[in-house]
Amino acid sequence: MSGHDNSEHGELGHIVPFKVYLAVCISLMVLTVITVVVAETVDVGSWNIVVAMLIASVKASLVALFFMHLKFEDPITWLYAGFPIVLLFLLMGGIFLDNPTRMEVKPVEVVDTLKAKE
Amino acid sequence: MSSSNEATVSGPPHAHHWDPVTAYHGSKLGMWLFLATEILLFGVLFTAFAIFRYLYMEEFHHASQYLDWKMGAINTAVLIFSSFTAVLGVDAAQHGDNKKTFRWLCVTVACGFIFLIVKYLEYSHKAHIGLFPFIECNDHAQFCWDSVEFKNEFKMYFGLYYCMTMLHALHVIIGMGILTWALLKAKKNRYSTDYYTPVEMGALYWHLVDLIWIYLFPLLYLVD
Repeated sequence: MSGHDNSEHGELGHIVPFKVYLAVCISLMVLTVITVVVAETVDVGSWNIVVAMLIASVKASLVALFFMHLKFEDPITWLYAGFPIVLLFLLMGGIFLDNPTRMEVKPVEVVDTLKAKE
Repeated sequence: MSSSNEATVSGPPHAHHWDPVTAYHGSKLGMWLFLATEILLFGVLFTAFAIFRYLYMEEFHHASQYLDWKMGAINTAVLIFSSFTAVLGVDAAQHGDNKKTFRWLCVTVACGFIFLIVKYLEYSHKAHIGLFPFIECNDHAQFCWDSVEFKNEFKMYFGLYYCMTMLHALHVIIGMGILTWALLKAKKNRYSTDYYTPVEMGALYWHLVDLIWIYLFPLLYLVD
């Protein structure tokens, strides 16, 4: 492990010490266990999905920042990594503003509704 | 315009190869742009899942109980560990160690195999109990996909489940292909501290595959 101990600039990419990778790996495993335990034991109703997605986002950030070296990248790489997330939030935000306004229309159930009328 | 720019750059104006640093950074930026399109590709599926989960909350909760969270958890651990070994492969390449790069990438590809085997076991179990489209109904199965009793909401849940996990599995297979190509180059001692682009790009792709599974696992297997 000698030579791994200090964070340094490689000739091309950023060289990260082994112990950082190990710590990230262990954190990801621990967070996975937490996700499972929380989902199986704690019941906070509709907040379950929020908690699960928050933990997943922490895990995803760890993967992106350290395993994918995003922490050491330049602003334009951050822009490339960030814009699809902004677009996704726009898409989901728009849909979730729109959906509650017409809850009666359930596309898949249309067939069943017709049957019930017969 | 271009000739005046080229005049300021050292080296021949029409060189066939860029210098290693420029080539490396160009490849990496291109890779990130590609990964952005991948996030959008899976993003619309996640959005579709969110819409129908919102509309059919109870049915989705019921349907999700037919997934075995233990299998999903094993696969999550396998993919996280494989991401770890992939990044160790990159680290070895950054230190110019072809042998270690080869070994770590072999472990990563092996993890990919384990993931696919677990996924196969899950799918075949679903097919066995009749929770799979295009399978003819039989008396032994618990469910019959094409019967009237089989609720449309269930079809929606499992349809999305199969679309998302199969597209993800396809990415695992492609990732294994890229990493195999990268590790064969390591076997031939092709990498040095100023060239290891295939390892880095293969690993970036692999990490994205892991990252998508990190969201898929709780969403499909755990959330009620």
